[in-house]
Amino acid sequence: MKLKAMTTTWRLMLVLALSTAPVSHAIEQKLVLTGSSTVAPLAGEIGKRFEQENPGVRVDVQSGGSSRGIADARSGLADIGLVSRALKPEEQDLKSFTIALDGIGIIVHRDNPVQTLTDAQIVAIYTGKITNWREVGGGERPITVVNKAEGRSTLELFLRHFQLKNSDIKAQVVIGENQQGIKTVAGNSGAIGYVSIGTAEYEASQGAPIRLLPMAGISASVENVRNGSFPLVRPLNLVTRVEPEGLVKRFIDFARSKAQDDLVQAQYFVPLAR
Amino acid sequence: MTWSRRSISSPSHADARLAGVLSAAAGLAAAILVLIVLFLLRESWPVLEKVEWLRYLTDAAWHPSEGLFGLAPMLGATLASSAGALLLAGSLGVASALFCRFYAPSSIARQYRRLLALLAGIPSVVFGFWGLTELVPLIARWQPPGTSLLAAILILTLMILPTVALTADAALAAVPEGYLQGAAALGLSRSGTILGVALPAAKGGIVSGLLLAAGRALGEIMAVLMVAGNVVQTPHGLFDPVRTLTANIALEMAYATGEHRAALFVSGLVLTGLVMLLAGLALRQGGTRSHV
Repeated sequence: MKLKAMTTTWRLMLVLALSTAPVSHAIEQKLVLTGSSTVAPLAGEIGKRFEQENPGVRVDVQSGGSSRGIADARSGLADIGLVSRALKPEEQDLKSFTIALDGIGIIVHRDNPVQTLTDAQIVAIYTGKITNWREVGGGERPITVVNKAEGRSTLELFLRHFQLKNSDIKAQVVIGENQQGIKTVAGNSGAIGYVSIGTAEYEASQGAPIRLLPMAGISASVENVRNGSFPLVRPLNLVTRVEPEGLVKRFIDFARSKAQDDLVQAQYFVPLAR
Repeated sequence: MTWSRRSISSPSHADARLAGVLSAAAGLAAAILVLIVLFLLRESWPVLEKVEWLRYLTDAAWHPSEGLFGLAPMLGATLASSAGALLLAGSLGVASALFCRFYAPSSIARQYRRLLALLAGIPSVVFGFWGLTELVPLIARWQPPGTSLLAAILILTLMILPTVALTADAALAAVPEGYLQGAAALGLSRSGTILGVALPAAKGGIVSGLLLAAGRALGEIMAVLMVAGNVVQTPHGLFDPVRTLTANIALEMAYATGEHRAALFVSGLVLTGLVMLLAGLALRQGGTRSHV
């Protein structure tokens, strides 16, 4: 009887010791990540796995655009900023670490006979100088230009690549998410749009009636994004204000390791070539 | 206080307490509205202060990152899509309410009302998704690009139709039986009764329902965002893509910083003003009805 009471007490003490220790630890070990809504879901998944492998660490991910990622990393509001583009010249005070790549490809409807467009033709289409597919070797059909909403980093990258201003673009449809772009092009045989290549490749393989066009003669495939030959590629970055150390460094190394490639692919991004 | 004392017939403590709790709750609800407007003003102040107010209407385009803040095309698109939807839903809704009240056998009318109530409960994003994958391609085959003012009007019509039909039905049900009996005694035909007696008597209720529906149409986001095309321009026809004020906020808010963000709060302020104007109209409408 006495022995049993003793063991119960011991067990209780053991449980108490186990349950309190990580809690007090967790308060010290919290990582805050904010920024790009493109990177946030991937960072969230990596964060979950990091938490599992490092009990007592909490990874808090909030999205709000690449500009917020930059601002929060600078001000120290976030330990790590999420930025879905390369750092601009005026942002060189920050340190950036690429965790994955994302290519942006031009998509058209599957039934569109046009097989390729030159950069000049794409610019002419997006600025409203070419308004019918007939003018670029397609059928007699008006072109529906699908553009991204202001502030999206996909738009910024597209504009920078073709050296355009958003006010130059004469769009017929303005969209938010990649999915909305794919649905729009799939439902309109005269539409042209640009979306994340990984997402487009996946949707096309699932039967969505869309086709990725090559750009400057290089086919828009995940493979060409990985080997760096595709021209319109953006890095998905983690940025910090100072050289990372301690927990931040551990997380960045973890996110960049090969073990995370499955998470990168699950979000239709392209893992780093190592 | 003198007012409440006079209107409470039994001056018990419980009544006084209830009155206190209720007036506190009512005051809180009113304060929330004031706080929302104050918040919108504060967040939009950085550009309200800098950009001359008229420019929101006269700027040629909406490119906040390039310093252009023209809201007029979006205001026009918001009004046009809501007005179109009201026109369609208004005529269809009132017609179906009349059918329900005066022509349908009671078993069918009951089922029909249930159906409308069900339709009213469908989330707007479902309408939007259906519009994007079915309605827009259908219009695109006929008049590309498909995403258009017309698509927005049709989707909004579907959304507000149940509201209009159910409130019109309720307003017609509230027409005193004596009016209808009187009309019958005078030997009026059924159509004469409907046009000459029932509709005029139910007018106040029907208009209130329309204004309620207009508020919903003006404030709708997801469904319109998915089918309207979201190009900032003044529409020249039903097949032109348009962007409404709500879609503008939803599309750009997550990515906006600085002045761009503040300019989006200005769109919110304009929209709030519009809805308040409408609510004011509805209140006046309700006021006149009680005098009839």
